Amino acid sequence: MIPPANLSHPVSSANASACPSRETLELLLLIRHFEETLLRLFQSGKIHGTTHTCLGQEYIPVAVMPLLRDDDFVFSNHRGHGHYLARFRDPEGLLAEIMGREGGTCDGVGGSQHLRRDRYISTGVQGESLPVAVGAALQLRRKKRGGLAVPFIGDGTWGQGAVYEALNMAALWNAPVVVIVENNGIAQTTVRSANMAGNIEGRARAFGVEYLRCTGHEAEALQARLAPELDRVRQSGAPLVVEFETRRLAAHSKGDDTRTPEEVAALRAIDWGADYQARWPEIFAEVDARMRDRMAAIVEEVESRALSSWSNR
Amino acid sequence: MTNTGERSTSERIIENLNRALHALLDGDDRVFFLGEDVLDPYGGAFKAARGLSTKYPDRVLTTPISELGFVGVANGLSLAGQRPIVEIMFGDFIFLAFDQIINFAAKSVSMYGRRVPHHLLIRCPVGGHRGYGATHSQSVQKHFLGVPDLDLFELSPLHDNTALLPRILARDHPGILFESKVLYAQPQLGEGAIDDLFTCEFLDEERMTAHVFVDRDPQAILIASGGSFPACWQAARQLLLEHEIEVQIVVPFQLYPFEVQSLAPLLSTAPALYVVEEGTAGGTWGAEVAAVVAEAWPHRAPVRLIHSADSIIPSARHLERDVLVQPENIVKRVSTDLHAIHPRSHHQ
Ligand SMILES: Cc1ncc(C[n+]2csc(CCOP(=O)(O)OP(=O)(O)O)c2C)c(N)n1
Repeated sequence: MIPPANLSHPVSSANASACPSRETLELLLLIRHFEETLLRLFQSGKIHGTTHTCLGQEYIPVAVMPLLRDDDFVFSNHRGHGHYLARFRDPEGLLAEIMGREGGTCDGVGGSQHLRRDRYISTGVQGESLPVAVGAALQLRRKKRGGLAVPFIGDGTWGQGAVYEALNMAALWNAPVVVIVENNGIAQTTVRSANMAGNIEGRARAFGVEYLRCTGHEAEALQARLAPELDRVRQSGAPLVVEFETRRLAAHSKGDDTRTPEEVAALRAIDWGADYQARWPEIFAEVDARMRDRMAAIVEEVESRALSSWSNR
Repeated sequence: MTNTGERSTSERIIENLNRALHALLDGDDRVFFLGEDVLDPYGGAFKAARGLSTKYPDRVLTTPISELGFVGVANGLSLAGQRPIVEIMFGDFIFLAFDQIINFAAKSVSMYGRRVPHHLLIRCPVGGHRGYGATHSQSVQKHFLGVPDLDLFELSPLHDNTALLPRILARDHPGILFESKVLYAQPQLGEGAIDDLFTCEFLDEERMTAHVFVDRDPQAILIASGGSFPACWQAARQLLLEHEIEVQIVVPFQLYPFEVQSLAPLLSTAPALYVVEEGTAGGTWGAEVAAVVAEAWPHRAPVRLIHSADSIIPSARHLERDVLVQPENIVKRVSTDLHAIHPRSHHQ
């Protein structure tokens, strides 16, 4: 038996001070430069369609993904580039997908919000994945190898009834689902106070589902805190909701930000990037420059590829 | 946002729609407006709601991401005697509200044995050409065909929303207005010359069925959904200028039930009849129109259908283009068919 953790105690990485490993910093800054590059490519008309960047939220997939195994299912959403990059470290495949070039993850058919690779799947319909995650989790549980189904959702997605139907079934049937909630306090333009009565913790607990709150933005400390919780779900099957308090630095998609410049500036001031840069300036500068160069090289290479073809209909 | 009731010459379709919504909320305090992210200054993902929440704060509700829920709330307002308008952000998400639309809104008009009015207008932006991918680009119209007491309409550049929306909302049963997203930024047109070649007139007093023509003796008629009108127009110009084929276009505001009577004078002259829509193959609106025409004129040549491929809508621009109907598909289809019927020399 594993002793139950005291889950109501918020997890914070605020006091941790260890410098992140080079690998962690590389992944964080790769995602950051990937997203900033996308916004520039949109502005210059080199990309068509839409994109939702995870700027400000990069550390969440960087904390979570290393804890997942190949046989775990991941359900990503519209804001999924960081999820994909942290799972597969494949910026070339993702950029080619978004640019409709050869070698794209889904041959350019899916685009930014419809990716599928191995047991990773994303969609642009909010909340749809949660019941699906329960089904996948039931089968994982039958196999008795401790596999997880891990959907990522935003705070706004808690508006969907499917979320509650899924939590109920997951709890009833002991389906090993870990819902990762990226609570950035806003859904497109609608702030949390305008679309959520009560709170996420209360909603999870109403179904008898375990709940963990994570504040702070140190990926490795968060990862260390999450590791035993995920192991517990692997063994018990009892679903878990993990809520990250985070912030969206950029517009919802390309230019549609209704927040004031002051509000956004306040978020930028407490951004993980600004914090890491201040605390570990040398390694930050070195990795930052390297990831910037890497992304520039990737753009050049992917842009030179032929348009994708959709052969496997 | 002005609300003068006049059409400015440079009005865009989104502005016409916005003006129609303002007039509805202004004229009747039973009218509500519900949808996601509809408050000012944003005014909804496509800006149709701009200004509404500022002017009518108590009747404009920005909702959680709860399509099934807020269409249900609109149904409740309607049950309580109000006249709600609902905006679905992207048409693909209307599927989340299917139960409330079909099983409550439409069925409750007649399923209790005597007719109960149910006023509800659902606005539903649809269609592709924007690279948003499979869950944000579908033309969902066909999934709502054939439901008793559910009328289907489609936005077009030719129809005046300020005149037509109040009539939809006044009907005693629910309706869905499908709006091709690529139309919003285009100029609002109407009766009269729409370019150097084509003129628009309405075939009925209600101005629901628009007729676009050069003169009175066409070789083919395209019945176009509002969203496919721009492609049909471009194709018709090209057919005339490059192939000497005169094609007229009919654009019904009401897709379903399809009213065939106003078309009677046209159908007796045009040899070939096409239905053009952006929806993908299979169970199409065009098939419904063809069935209605066949019923009314059993001896006419079969109606031909032009629609998008049997496919999801892919994201990459070049792949999306291959799936969705383009003007050149229409030109090619019509010119090939007609040259086969009447060799070109026949027209000279
Ligand atoms: C069913 C459905 N309704 C509406 C939308 C449009 N939409 C896309 S993202 C979004 C906001 C999502 O907010 P949240 O869940 O908080 O995630 P965030 O964007 O903040 O990451 C909305 C309304 C959608 N994708 N799916």
